[in-house]
Amino acid sequence: MTEKPRMDVHDLVSEIYARDSRRVFSTLVRLLGDFDLAEEALHEAFAVAVEQWQHYGVPDNPRAWLVSTGRFKAIDALRRRVHSQDVREQVSKRLDELSQVNAERAAREIEDDRLRLVFTCCHPALSSEAQVAMTLREVCGLSTEQIAVAFLSAPATIAQRIVRAKSKIRDAKIPFDVPSVQEFPQRLESVLSVIYLVFNEGYSASSGESLTRADLSSEAIRLGRLVMELLPDPEVLGLLALMLLHESRRAARATPEGDIVLLEDQDRRRWNRTQIQEGKELVERALASRRFGVYTIQAAISAVHADAPGTAATDWGQIVALYDILLRSAPSPVVELNRAVAVAMRDGPAAGLSLVDNILERGDLAGYHLAHAARADLCRRLGRTTDAQAAYERALELAQQEPERRFLKKRLAEVV
Amino acid sequence: MKYMLLVYGAEDAWTEQERAECMEESTELCHELAEQGKFLGASPLHPVSTATLVRVRRGTRLTTDGPFAETTEQLGGYFLIDVANLDEAIAIAGRIPAATKGTVEIRPVFELAGLPQPAGK
Repeated sequence: MTEKPRMDVHDLVSEIYARDSRRVFSTLVRLLGDFDLAEEALHEAFAVAVEQWQHYGVPDNPRAWLVSTGRFKAIDALRRRVHSQDVREQVSKRLDELSQVNAERAAREIEDDRLRLVFTCCHPALSSEAQVAMTLREVCGLSTEQIAVAFLSAPATIAQRIVRAKSKIRDAKIPFDVPSVQEFPQRLESVLSVIYLVFNEGYSASSGESLTRADLSSEAIRLGRLVMELLPDPEVLGLLALMLLHESRRAARATPEGDIVLLEDQDRRRWNRTQIQEGKELVERALASRRFGVYTIQAAISAVHADAPGTAATDWGQIVALYDILLRSAPSPVVELNRAVAVAMRDGPAAGLSLVDNILERGDLAGYHLAHAARADLCRRLGRTTDAQAAYERALELAQQEPERRFLKKRLAEVV
Repeated sequence: MKYMLLVYGAEDAWTEQERAECMEESTELCHELAEQGKFLGASPLHPVSTATLVRVRRGTRLTTDGPFAETTEQLGGYFLIDVANLDEAIAIAGRIPAATKGTVEIRPVFELAGLPQPAGK
């Protein structure tokens, strides 16, 4: 026991809670095999900590102490709940298993538990909405209300989603484990897509008034860092880089009134250089591995923009080349559209327009507002104002988000 | 943990030759599962045209022909397995030959206490 003045204990417990509560929770989930029981045990352990540490001092290894205390609290709770013979047998079996577990596990084990928690919350047997809600609730420790506000949903909807997911984990027996080698790539992909979805929800809300909900983006970046710390796979690095490079432009990408500022019009002095630097280093590490994937390629594209002093001085040739690589590994009409816009910057608007028209004629992106917005912009640059007007009108019909609609209306007014 | 793997698919998606091969491969899979102590049962079903529906309403039994709706995917067979967790069940479902053309629905079995042993051991 370390001697600590009494004054410090509350602060110290809050600090440990902020830093370690999710670690302790992960291990409790593994030991207890139940999310709700673990959550209860976690809170009881911290309540006991506040009381006991004031009187008896702070233990040498607070995290192990919290795990052990939480475990005993859960055992008490299980004993109190026992009514029927059946349940009693189950509980005594579980208690036997628990007593074989040494609560003072090595730090590595506890880190493994966090990874188990991530993989369980992002299990593909859960719906994508449930994966997101579970990850934010259980891995990040956000409250149901916080998640509801961030996703513009009712707290009851999110709460129900989480309750259903926990029931499925329990009843269908989704394992609390890191997937096997064969399953690993696919399962990692589902973890990364949850993180990226959270990031994008924060970076450009899919509908509604506000263009950005910064908290979700920083939460996603925090998650990306956590997963990278636990699992430094090249694509994890690539995703973190991609998020940092996007995030670096946050201050410049909207006016104080919430209007969109296009990449070409952004004040690049307002880009966050620290985030750019970190993002670029991560991209380079990921590329050097030669086992990178789509997140890394997108991050590399973003890094080319970050390097350029302005639109004209951007290395569009390299951007087109990176889009070619991206198209080969993950063909999609949206990537084709982005490539077409880059081609327009490299070879002029006419070259870009013919590519955009090809994509639109195929019908793949007929309902995608950005495809029509891109066509409108290229027509505008070519002086084809009637075509530009029609395309802006079509984009406006399809756009959901208020700042995008304001932007399109402004552009439309300029060409009419 | 027991799981029921329900195999759905379009009945006309198979040629006679393919169907025979599918049954053969499925039988092999069952033997492999049995050796690992994971096999509880499996069977293909006759086409849905042989199905009969029974409902009891207000004490009266109603018997009718066939499925309610003309859905493209029909229940064509099942596997009943006993494995450690859902990941193992997913891995096995992915090896069912019919999964290449149809869909396998994995349902955890609700363990009801007090049921008798099945007939025929």
